[in-house]
Amino acid sequence: MPKRSDINHVLVIGSGPIVIGQACEFDYSGTQACRVLKEEGLRVTLINSNPATIMTDPEMADHTYVEPIEPEYIDKIFAKEIEQGHPIDAVLATLGGQTALNAAIQLDRLGILEKYGVELIGADIDAIERGEDRQKFKDIVTTIGGESARSRVCHNMEEVHETVAELGLPVVVRPSFTMGGLGSGLAYNTEDLERIAGGGLAASPEANVLIEESILGWKEFELELMRDTADNVVVICSIENVDALGVHTGDSVTVAPALTLTDREFQKMRDQGIAIIREVGVDTGGCNIQFAINPVDGRIITIEMNPRVSRSSALASKATGFPIAKMAAKLAIGYTLDEITNDITGETPAAFEPTIDYVVVKAPRFAFEKFVGADDTLTTTMKSVGEVMSLGRNYIAALNKALRSLETKQQGFWTKPDEFFAGERATDKAAVLEDLKRPTEGRLYDVELAMRLGASVEELYEASSIDPWFLAELEALVQFRQKLVDAPFLNEDLLREAKFMGLSDLQIAALRPEFAGEDGVRTLRLSLGIRPVFKTVDTCAAEFEAKTPYHYSAYELDPAAESEVAPQTEREKVLILGSGPNRIGQGIEFDYSCVHAALELSRVGYETVMVNCNPETVSTDYDTADRLYFEPLTFEDVMEVYHAEAQSGTVAGVIVQLGGQTPLGLADRLKKAGVPVIGTSPEAIDMAEDRGEFGALLNREQLPAPAFGTATSFEEARTVADEISYPVLVRPSYVLGGRGMEIVYDEASLEDYINRATELSSDHPVLVDRFLDNAIEIDVDALCDGDEVYLAGVMEHIEEAGIHSGDSACALPPMTLGAQDIEKVREATKKLALGIGVQGLMNVQYALKDDILYVIEANPRASRTVPFVSKATGVNLAKAASRIAVGATIKDLQDEGMIPTEYDGGSLPLDAPIAVKEAVLPFNRFRRPDGKTLDTLLSPEMKSTGEVMGLANNFGAAYAKAEAGAFGALPTEGTVFVTVANRDKRTLILPIQRLALMGYKILATEGTAGMLRRNGIECEVVLKASDIREGVEGKSIVDRIREGEVDLILNTPAGSAGARHDGYDIRAAAVTVGVPLITTVQGVTAAVQGIEALREGVVSVRALQELDHAVKA
Amino acid sequence: MSKDTTTYQGVTEIGSVPAYLVLADGRTFTGFGFGAIGTTLGEAVFTTAMTGYQETMTDPSYHRQIVVATAPQIGNTGWNDEDNESRDGKIWVAGLVIRDLAARVSNWRATTSLQQEMAGQGIVGIGGIDTRALVRHLRNEGSIAAGIFSGADAQRPVEELVEIVKNQPAMTGANLSVEVSADETYVIEAEGEERHTVVAYDLGIKQNTPRRFSARGVRTVIVPAETPFEDIKQYNPSGVFISNGPGDPAAADVMVDIVREVLEADIPFFGICFGNQILGRAFGMETYKLKFGHRGINVPVKNHITGKIDITAQNHGFALKGEAGQEFETDFGTAIVTHTCLNDGVVEGIALKSGRAYSVQYHPEAAAGPNDASPLFDQFVELMDADAQKKGA
Repeated sequence: MPKRSDINHVLVIGSGPIVIGQACEFDYSGTQACRVLKEEGLRVTLINSNPATIMTDPEMADHTYVEPIEPEYIDKIFAKEIEQGHPIDAVLATLGGQTALNAAIQLDRLGILEKYGVELIGADIDAIERGEDRQKFKDIVTTIGGESARSRVCHNMEEVHETVAELGLPVVVRPSFTMGGLGSGLAYNTEDLERIAGGGLAASPEANVLIEESILGWKEFELELMRDTADNVVVICSIENVDALGVHTGDSVTVAPALTLTDREFQKMRDQGIAIIREVGVDTGGCNIQFAINPVDGRIITIEMNPRVSRSSALASKATGFPIAKMAAKLAIGYTLDEITNDITGETPAAFEPTIDYVVVKAPRFAFEKFVGADDTLTTTMKSVGEVMSLGRNYIAALNKALRSLETKQQGFWTKPDEFFAGERATDKAAVLEDLKRPTEGRLYDVELAMRLGASVEELYEASSIDPWFLAELEALVQFRQKLVDAPFLNEDLLREAKFMGLSDLQIAALRPEFAGEDGVRTLRLSLGIRPVFKTVDTCAAEFEAKTPYHYSAYELDPAAESEVAPQTEREKVLILGSGPNRIGQGIEFDYSCVHAALELSRVGYETVMVNCNPETVSTDYDTADRLYFEPLTFEDVMEVYHAEAQSGTVAGVIVQLGGQTPLGLADRLKKAGVPVIGTSPEAIDMAEDRGEFGALLNREQLPAPAFGTATSFEEARTVADEISYPVLVRPSYVLGGRGMEIVYDEASLEDYINRATELSSDHPVLVDRFLDNAIEIDVDALCDGDEVYLAGVMEHIEEAGIHSGDSACALPPMTLGAQDIEKVREATKKLALGIGVQGLMNVQYALKDDILYVIEANPRASRTVPFVSKATGVNLAKAASRIAVGATIKDLQDEGMIPTEYDGGSLPLDAPIAVKEAVLPFNRFRRPDGKTLDTLLSPEMKSTGEVMGLANNFGAAYAKAEAGAFGALPTEGTVFVTVANRDKRTLILPIQRLALMGYKILATEGTAGMLRRNGIECEVVLKASDIREGVEGKSIVDRIREGEVDLILNTPAGSAGARHDGYDIRAAAVTVGVPLITTVQGVTAAVQGIEALREGVVSVRALQELDHAVKA
Repeated sequence: MSKDTTTYQGVTEIGSVPAYLVLADGRTFTGFGFGAIGTTLGEAVFTTAMTGYQETMTDPSYHRQIVVATAPQIGNTGWNDEDNESRDGKIWVAGLVIRDLAARVSNWRATTSLQQEMAGQGIVGIGGIDTRALVRHLRNEGSIAAGIFSGADAQRPVEELVEIVKNQPAMTGANLSVEVSADETYVIEAEGEERHTVVAYDLGIKQNTPRRFSARGVRTVIVPAETPFEDIKQYNPSGVFISNGPGDPAAADVMVDIVREVLEADIPFFGICFGNQILGRAFGMETYKLKFGHRGINVPVKNHITGKIDITAQNHGFALKGEAGQEFETDFGTAIVTHTCLNDGVVEGIALKSGRAYSVQYHPEAAAGPNDASPLFDQFVELMDADAQKKGA
């Protein structure tokens, strides 16, 4: 069937901010969808609140609305597009994750789709409900002759208890309609049950939970399927979890294809999958179905399905080369699979099932170190913040690659002493086996250790439920390790075999001390001519010729081995190093910059080569750069890619400044190895990071900075702190995302901090800075070509200094800075950029206090705010930076129209819109071991996973949108609970009075209430949790929040660490129920402005393309 | 806990038994021997299936072929008693070429390991090969005579090995089905109530075919290749079936004549793979050898009558000449090319427009592979049902 002729204008719904369980894989899928629909000549309108996405770039859609993904905003978009004469015909909601699907359901329920006569394409409401509603889905599984785990849907705790009496403990508790397994968990006892099921009932809009028999320890599989309008169904990929059932698939190490099934079992699963997609009625597009298989008898249980493109589909697309989202978009507008060509072969159709001749390993990246006190047990609630994918010619090689791709402290087996991760259990087999019963991050390191301590595959299977096949492959590696250790010297055969098994030079060096490190092994290896070949991902195991250069490395023992990197003689190449796995502090924003560099440099005639290992990203779409290498971002792996590319053509340079700290950290070694690093030089990067040199620059340029010092011991730190006086900000050097950063108020806390920072050395000292209380924090992005500086954006933080810039909301243009302040910023930025020698992007953080502008830090690289600034000002900074790296000047780019000449980011036109960025935090994902939520207070340690942008004519409306996008809409009426620190009371009188005048009911704790009443603000005194004791009547504020009586919480905690904990129960309740919670004075003021804007009804929607930019990106 | 049936330690033993894969064009690949150690000769072909090595290896259609698995890890699920496609569990492939052999078997149905079964049946295997480089070579140069030499046999000079490989008999013109066919007739009874009897010519039949018939209430009388038409009349068959099998269809003249007799007698006819080529020849179509064949379980086939696409299991090196949807006259009425492969347009199915006879080039019996095409068995039963009704009426 050809393309439908009745659809001219499609609204694509994005997935909003990056959160755990829903990350940039939906930027990848949404970007593909937008591209496809535009190529097909359709008018595309897009809504997504996340500015850090490629899909929200103005060129990706005809109209791009960076607005909250809420029905009221979508309603406004429908109306506006009609007004403009382009009514929307259809909504595509299956590519924006659970967020888009939920929005579609709401649009349907509220009658908005009907009102505008808009059709859902991809999957209709009934299909979505059949796939997502647990009971309906179970019925379908039964209809097609499959089996589900025995279970019952429960609407209240009584039903929960009845069901458990039937099934016996443990049971799995699953809420419906949530992504990433939020709120689900395993209950081993009655207390667990109360906590998880109670939480689940609160987390689900439908307020039901599924209690189900435990199939813990079974093998877990996923199938990715696609269906077209002619009812053709294909299975794109099978994925097997190395971690058995009980660990969320997002937190599991997984492999593709499934490796431990016979054809008979696989086909049974495939048949069921196909029957399910048909019965559920996913009309067109992708879906993902999870299965469990009992390792004892092969019983297959269908666990669940997602009637949409998912995280696993992104993984499956990268794993096979089959672009699921792109195909889904084409199928949604009427094409059938046989009418679409497989891009990679260019000849065969998309109606086939990819087959692969390599093994794919995906490994999760966690961030438990950011969430002190969080229970790090891996459960059915997803907790990882990112992932890597690796490809190898066998499982063990791919696994070794995946482990080093993760960029954790251990860079693969044996690269740290066993004590490093196993502590005193490093020699105790029984203890390690006992540990393995509780799944945690990096458990394969424990498995490997246990093997060396003599544990058998049987014992390990017993402890971990990891399939013996995976264990045995690892055991073979452990046996090889012994051979490597025992050999009198490292001969060529042994080294070749080591590389064949995927070991890095670093791992080999760890076992062979005579090499004194990685470089020694590398020298020997190169002298023996041992290098990898590069194979191609082609969807067809080489049956057909591949047109797309998507490569991975492999070491072969066979002398007949072949590399497949095609020569390129016409164009010079530029290598762009990506940012590796998403983690807090280094995520999609950096990928955004890398993608733009690739697009721009391809446009101006370079052959662009992307190196990255993150399967969620747009950068690892084979359509982005001219060539793609799916490889770890280690020195060794990057050097091999460079070598292969240098062999097949001329490499003009390698760009390291766009992918964040990961590639930046390689700059020095690459340059020393003779690689042409372009853009800001490694020496300049070092200079900005070096406190001494950087301090000298500040002195020379007379730029004030908070007093600081460095220390490698507590004594040194104490001396520094005494000199510059408390409070001080302490942190390790070379960090991104404020890892390990704390504000310390006294000597005791300082000592405590130093004791915890175990890795102090002269190479890695701790930095001690004077902390500027109550300063305004300013973030600046700038471009420099070595002679000229372009001030690209000036952002004023809404929260005070001391909260990590990544977690702070900010506004652009700055709301309160005067022209003089901005001029100071411009001057200082110019001095810094020229002083450091920046050739490209630079980010500076300033603090303004008492009219003095302090330089906090300068980073000569792309920052997290590049996409935000680019969207807010209409100047694509990443593109510009990539051009500067290959020699363009700012003047050149101004002549081309890429950079404006009449103004800069500090002098935006007066009618420029206000953009507010707000951070999104993952607190609802984590629990303490006692099951309680974590405290939600912000600190210098970054904790946010993503961000949204609110765009409007005035600050209030922009802030209100940003809040709606990040946490849900601010309430326009209802009850506000106020409890504020003494020092904030004076400042907050006016905003709270304003709320009272607008008709909000004010609740306050006793101290706050007294102050409010004295200032003429009516309020009701509420009881604190600690007030409730025998003889006291009434409900505490915590209970009232839990019961939904409160619509907004204003809670500014006192400065001291002790007092900060007082409000914990209040904040915990707010997170559980999802009530907007504001914890800073500036936030309260902004929220009141936002509420006023909402109440006045002046919040409208406006496409990025309409914004009155003087230049177009 | 699955059974541990292997002592082989996979990659750590690489090099302990040196082995070569030698192609007739002189290209040589180096790896390690597993299974039986020695020499094997055959035509090198590759399969892209990611599952089902046991079914593949016991499929008689692979007789005299050395199979290269593109799937990188082989042996993971060991060997069991239930998944053999040959009647007696015989491995038919001449040799197996892989990248990596599993360090251990993990499957609850496994009774032994791949390499033990191969060693037991005297099948030579080679691992550690850059199978992707090999497959690219076969794709570009076409299927080619090859040999695996391991252990002492690998010590001889390569030039000698190339000569040995070159001197083996060619696949083109080989009438191999008589070599793999059952010696005597045997019967697979129907499950439940018996509705029909089908005579199935065994040119290398896979066991899943009679299983499919049986599950549909059909009793299958499996007769040796080239059993005269006169001789099968005694079974009073409701339909006649011709199976898959190895070799060149151009050499199967006897079977072509038998099919012509079946069609003249207006007995419903169904053919798979080799059976498709024989029906085509009975219709007067020509056959030819494909460059590197279709071997895999992911091949899209379009039915041009219904527009439906099936993902199919395939294993054929020869094909019928024809175009999608092409209609032509035969001695038995108008025929049509019903199915073609979406990858390259190769004919994958033909039929009489009357519906009395049809065949497909792929494997609706699956094993290994998807079950998408299993309704073709239902179609045959319906055809026979209609005849029975007519007779009854």
